[in-house]
Amino acid sequence: MSSTVETIRGLAEQDYKWGFVTDIAEDRAPKGLSEDIVRLISARKGEPEFMLEWRLNALRHWFRMAKEEGAPTWANLTIAPIDYQNISYYSAPKKKPQLESLDQVDPELLRTYEKLGIPLNEQKMFSGVAVDAVFDSVSVATTFKGKLAEMGVIFCSFSEAVQKHPELIKKYLGTVVPHTDNFYAALNAAVFTDGSFVYVPKGVRCPMELSTYFRINAAETGQFERTLIIADEGAYVSYLEGCTAPIRDENQLHAAVVELIALDNAQIKYSTVQNWYPGDKEGRGGIYNFVTKRGKCLGVNSKISWTQVETGSAITWKYPSCILQGDNSVGEFYSVALTNNRQQADTGTKMIHIGKNTRSTIVSKGISAGYGQNTYRGQVKILKSATGARNYTQCDSLLIGDRCGAHTFPYIEVRNASARMEHEASTSKIGENQLFYLRQRGLTAENAVSMIVNGFCKTVFKELPMEFAVEAQKLLGVSLEGSVG
Amino acid sequence: MALLEIQDLHARVEGHEILKGLNLTINAGEVHSIMGPNGSGKSTLAAVLARRETYEVTRGRVLFNGKDLLEMKPEDAACEGVFLAFQYPVEIPGIGNAYFVRSAMNAIRKFHGQDELDAMDFLPLYKERMKILEMDDKLVNRSVNEGFSGGEKKRNEILQMAMLEPKLAILDETDSGLDIDALRIVAKGVNAMRGPDRAFLVITHYQRLLDYITPDFVHVLVDGKIVRSGGPELALELEDKGYGPSEADVPQALPA
Repeated sequence: MSSTVETIRGLAEQDYKWGFVTDIAEDRAPKGLSEDIVRLISARKGEPEFMLEWRLNALRHWFRMAKEEGAPTWANLTIAPIDYQNISYYSAPKKKPQLESLDQVDPELLRTYEKLGIPLNEQKMFSGVAVDAVFDSVSVATTFKGKLAEMGVIFCSFSEAVQKHPELIKKYLGTVVPHTDNFYAALNAAVFTDGSFVYVPKGVRCPMELSTYFRINAAETGQFERTLIIADEGAYVSYLEGCTAPIRDENQLHAAVVELIALDNAQIKYSTVQNWYPGDKEGRGGIYNFVTKRGKCLGVNSKISWTQVETGSAITWKYPSCILQGDNSVGEFYSVALTNNRQQADTGTKMIHIGKNTRSTIVSKGISAGYGQNTYRGQVKILKSATGARNYTQCDSLLIGDRCGAHTFPYIEVRNASARMEHEASTSKIGENQLFYLRQRGLTAENAVSMIVNGFCKTVFKELPMEFAVEAQKLLGVSLEGSVG
Repeated sequence: MALLEIQDLHARVEGHEILKGLNLTINAGEVHSIMGPNGSGKSTLAAVLARRETYEVTRGRVLFNGKDLLEMKPEDAACEGVFLAFQYPVEIPGIGNAYFVRSAMNAIRKFHGQDELDAMDFLPLYKERMKILEMDDKLVNRSVNEGFSGGEKKRNEILQMAMLEPKLAILDETDSGLDIDALRIVAKGVNAMRGPDRAFLVITHYQRLLDYITPDFVHVLVDGKIVRSGGPELALELEDKGYGPSEADVPQALPA
C-alpha cells in the first residue's frame, strides 16, 4: 500500500511545466483603485463617454460592497485577505503592434506563445483555429478576421468592439451579468481592460472554432477580462478558451466576466481548458480565479452549453450558469475540476428555468489529490412560469490518496409542480485494487492513475472539441504526475 | 533453469501470517494446480507472485526466470511475463476494453524494446481471440468489465492472457461462479495456450476445472504450506476424501 501512496504523492508533486516569464517593457498604472485609475484606463483605451460612466457606476457600487459586506465568504474556500489597493489595474505591452500581420508582433511574445504551443504562426493557422491572443490585458494579434468578416461574424478584442460596434456593446453589455451581480463582477466592470467580443449574425453558422488564449504575465497585475458573445437568431458558434500562466511568487488575482446571449434558435458552445499556475506544493503563489460566467438563452429553442476542464489556479471560484428564458431552451454544464497539492476549487453551475419546457443537464466530475479540496456547488431553480421543465444532474467525485477532500452542495428549488428533476451523485476513491489490476497488466502506477482518471472524465471530455479533448487528457495526466497512491 | 522457483516463502497480510514456508518449482511447459481449503493461502500465493503491495513477504525467495521476483514492482513482474487472472476482476469505468488491452500490450512491448502496436494491427488479433472465447463483439468497446456478467469477466481475463502471452499464467479460482458452458470455454482458451514455453498455476477449490484443464502436478496447500503433491489423480482423491492430510504421504514430492 505504502508504495502506491508514494506514487500518487509523486504524481501530485509534479512541477508546473509551463512556468516561464516573458521580458517585455510594460506600460503600467500605479497600484491602487480609485476613480482616477478607472478614468485612466478608460482614457488609455479611448472609450466613449457611456463606457466611462458605466465603469464609474460599477466602481461606486463595488466601493459600497467592499465597505458594507466585503468579498463573499459563502464559498467553501480558505482565502487570505486580498489588498485591493496593492494591485496595479492596468498594464499593456509598450510596443503596440498593428493587427495586420504577425511580423509586427513582438518576437519575444511569439516565442512565449510557441512555448505554449499556441498555433499563431502561419502554418498552424491552417489548422482552422482563429486565435485572438490576449497578452496581459491588451489584444495583440487576431487571425482569420477576413474570412469571418465575409460571413458577417465579428470576432475582435473587446476594446475594438467598443470603438467599432458601440451599439452592440450598449445593447448587451451587462445584460446577463450586471455590475450589481457580485463583488468580483462589480470589480471587473469597473477596471476590465480587455477581452473578446463575438457577434454571429442571423442564420450564420460560424465556420470555425473561435479560440482565445489568455496569459497572465506581469507579477502582481490582476487580470480583468470581459468577454461578450452574442448569437443572433438561428446562429451557431463554438468558442474555446484556454490558458496557462508563468510561475510567480505573489498571488495573482483574476476576476473575469463572460456573458453569452443566445437569441431565437441560436446555439453557443463555450469550452474552457484552464491551467493557470496552481501555486507550489505548500500552497504558495498561484492564481486566484474569481470568474462570473453566465449565459442567457433569451430566445425560443436556444441552447447554451458550457464545458470546462479546470486543472490550474490556487483558488477557483466559478459557476458558469444558464438563464433559460426562452421557451424550449436548453442549458448544459459539463465540468472536470481537478485539485492537487493545496489547490481549492468551489465550482459548479446555476440553471435558472424561466421558459416553458426548458431543459438542463449538469455533469460534474471533481478529482481531488494531495491536500486538494474540491467543492461542487450547484443550483437548479424552476420558476413558476417554467411548466414542463426538466433537469438532470450527475455529480461525481474521485479521491486520490487520503488527505484530500470532496464536497457537494446541490440546491434545488422547484416552484412548478410539473417539473421533472433527477439527481445522481457518487464519491469514489481510486482503489488499491483498481491500481493493482492495471499494474498487473504492465501499466506503471502513473499511467494507471491517468487511465482511471481519464475514464472517470470521459462523459465530459466527449463534449470538448477534438483537439481540445486531447489537450485536456494530457493536461490531466501532467497535473496528476507525481501524485499516485 | 526452472521458470519459477519458490523457496521457504513466508508472507503476511494485515499482520496475519498466511504463507508459512512454501516451496514450489515450476518449469516451462508445465501445468500445476494448487488446491486447498478456504484460508489456506492460495490467493495469497497468487497475490505475492503478482507483487501485490498489500502482501508483505517476511522470509524466503522467489526466482522467476533466474531474476529475483520479490524485488519487482507489479508492472515489472507483468512485463517479465507473470500474468494473474483475477478471482474478482476490477471494473474501470470509461475505459474501453480493447483500448485497455492494447495499452497493456504496448506497455509490455515497450519494456522489451519492441514497437508499439497500432489499432490496425491490434484489432484483428483481438477479435480473433475473442471469437475463440465466444465473446460477444459488442464487448469490444464496452468499458473494462463494466456491466459484464460474472462469466464475461472471467472470459475477459482469459482474453487478456491470450493477448499478453505471459510466460507464467496464474489462474486464481477462475472457475468460481462459472456455469458449465463458461467453464468449458475458459478451459478451451487456456488449453489453446498450453505450450513448451509457458507454464500455468491453476488455483482452484474444486476438481471440476481439472476435468477440462488436465494438470501435470497437483499440490495441496494447507495452512500456508504445501502438504502433498502428486499427479492429476490426486485431485480426484481430494474430491473424494477432502483436504485432511493423510499422515502416510506427508514427505513432499517436489516436481522436477
